[in-house]
Amino acid sequence: MTAALTFDPIRLPPECEKLRQEVRTFLAEEISAGTFSPQRAQKSDDTDAPGFSKRVGARGWIGMTWPKKYGGHERSFLERYVVTEEMRVANAPVRRFFVADRQSGPVLIRYANERIKMDILPRICRGEVCFAIGMSEPNSGSDLFAAKTKATKTDGGWLINGTKIWTTSAHVADYMLGIFRTSAPTKDNRRHGLTQFLVDMKTPGITVNPIGQISGQSEFNEVVFEDAFMPDDHVLGEIDGAWKQATSELAYERSGPERFLETYYVLTELVRALGREPDLRGAEGIGRLVAQLHTLRRMSVSVAGMLQAGKEPVVEAAIVKDVGTIWEQQLPHRVRNLAAFVEPNVSNHETLERQLDFAMKIAPKLTLQGGTTEVLRGIIARGLGLR
Amino acid sequence: MSESENIVVETAERMFADLADAQSIIASKSDAWKAPVWDALADAGLTLPWIDETLGGAGADLATGFALLQAAGRAALAVPLAETMIAGWLLARAGLASPAGAMTVAPAQPNGRITLSADGTLSGRARNVPFAADARHIAVLAATADGASVIALVEAAACQIAAGKTLAGDALNGVTFDRVKPIAQAPAPTGVDLTALMLMGAAARSLQIAGALETALDITVRYANERVAFEKKIGKFQAIQHSLARLAGEVAAAVSAAGSAADTLSGGRVAGDALLLEVAAAKIRCGEAAEVGAAIAHQVHGAIGFTSEHILHRFTLRAQSWRDDFGPESHWAVELGRRVAARGADDLWPLVASR
Repeated sequence: MTAALTFDPIRLPPECEKLRQEVRTFLAEEISAGTFSPQRAQKSDDTDAPGFSKRVGARGWIGMTWPKKYGGHERSFLERYVVTEEMRVANAPVRRFFVADRQSGPVLIRYANERIKMDILPRICRGEVCFAIGMSEPNSGSDLFAAKTKATKTDGGWLINGTKIWTTSAHVADYMLGIFRTSAPTKDNRRHGLTQFLVDMKTPGITVNPIGQISGQSEFNEVVFEDAFMPDDHVLGEIDGAWKQATSELAYERSGPERFLETYYVLTELVRALGREPDLRGAEGIGRLVAQLHTLRRMSVSVAGMLQAGKEPVVEAAIVKDVGTIWEQQLPHRVRNLAAFVEPNVSNHETLERQLDFAMKIAPKLTLQGGTTEVLRGIIARGLGLR
Repeated sequence: MSESENIVVETAERMFADLADAQSIIASKSDAWKAPVWDALADAGLTLPWIDETLGGAGADLATGFALLQAAGRAALAVPLAETMIAGWLLARAGLASPAGAMTVAPAQPNGRITLSADGTLSGRARNVPFAADARHIAVLAATADGASVIALVEAAACQIAAGKTLAGDALNGVTFDRVKPIAQAPAPTGVDLTALMLMGAAARSLQIAGALETALDITVRYANERVAFEKKIGKFQAIQHSLARLAGEVAAAVSAAGSAADTLSGGRVAGDALLLEVAAAKIRCGEAAEVGAAIAHQVHGAIGFTSEHILHRFTLRAQSWRDDFGPESHWAVELGRRVAARGADDLWPLVASR
């Protein structure tokens, strides 16, 4: 094919199956203890997400691929893949640790100094800290390099002023990885002048304001910085050079099972509602959706295999997220159509209705978060040699 | 891809480039190109890769043959290579040797039924058999009165073959068996039944579709980088870039699904629902990719891609017509959906995760 694109049929190695059973057993225990319900994607406010995070950490399932000296477990990306997909399918409350596990930790490993690494990474692995990502601003979302929030040099560090927005989990986060403007862009490179910082959310001068969402949740926030002081050693990587760091990490963010499983639960309940002997329409509908799901998973595992092999499949990862998020966005709508003739006396009717209600409300965000469809297609087009 | 797969694919691609180049075929306005490429493939043992040397084949593994089929798809090859490979594979299951020359296989649809009578003759009709009119022999999967499966080899000339063509103009024929006496026959071993034959055919077609779409993407990207409109290359327009990104996504899905099914069949250890999932998903998803992908490729090309002189149709029309062979998407979706439902909702994820 067009030389740049590779999707080899990678299989999960046998050690993954033992791990999968361990994860399933753990999750079954958590479910029976009442920590969460696999039928409920919308977490209630009293869900013990912090306690759950610590128990996951204690099992060694956070920072799985990281060096042992930082509290990690030096396991493979494919093993991490299994843990991630089992947690997603069970609707486990992973948000507290997932961002740190997926992207913030790897950034720290690569760019933070040893003292910070030894301080923070083991706590991530124990499930004790939550991270947020500070990229979007009121006037710059997809256009990341238009960021204006300023970091001004002062004695021993930097003063941050400005506003980040749509910052998921900022209201509960211990840290943020933020991108701030340290210099003006240059004529030749409008991406120049941004620097990545580790932000301790307890720093004086930071205010977090929750923003209500159409789903009824308020997971994301506005974060206002007023002369918030960041010490020098909280600069991550090259000053003015954050743009060089941002892109290669995105392959991790874009290709995982969380990019097509976010509404998976409606498919399970559809199969339950249509029963063991569905009519022709129901059978065909289920068959097509399962075929699409399997294909997405095979694509996603293939990218995980490339990451494990040390490659940087940026374009393949963008394809998985583009195709995967559109699929998970359409899934509740397809399920709704296929369930149109389900009798109200079917045992899980109410569960299905409640799930569809929630899934259809969150559907619009699935193709926005972590890189919009339009941004992804730009990346893919570049990979095809069109830019 | 293994070393042997690489060698076979490179050899085949050289033959396709030299002897079955799409533009040259269109310019020639005849079928004279077919015999030379067929002879080259046959001389290299590539028409019967899946058969032991003792039965007249080249003794390659399944994975190598599947890689060859994807390469044939990339060339939109319109000779009965896949059909001959599958026919040879079927005959070999019963220990029957393959004759020289082109073959096809019947039934080629999941509802086909051909019976072997007590007098040793075959009767019945097979619809939509690819390349039957171009084949010298047909490998037949038949059932006896007591339900046992039998594999038989017949001369195509002994059957009634109805005229017919695919969307792409390749032979696609109804075949009537009216008390046809086979050249050879033998009982099919356990597990080699109509389902097994359809799985093999569907996997082959998935790979061919994936290959054809790979080339459609290449051709379309190249065109977008050459064609100037509104004073710039059309590939610089964001609308075109996003269309091509979608096309790339569909191609990636087709390549992944078909490759996964081929890998599963090649491994030989997976059966039952997991095998059905792999092959059905490939046929369904490749079919869907063909629909979306062909539409985008043509849209980007504009009117030139709709002309008979342009090569695009050789890929897009074959990708469409291959969707119907060995069970269309709807057939496989119903089969898969029924199995998923019968297993129950809570067994769906374990099935998906097992692959």
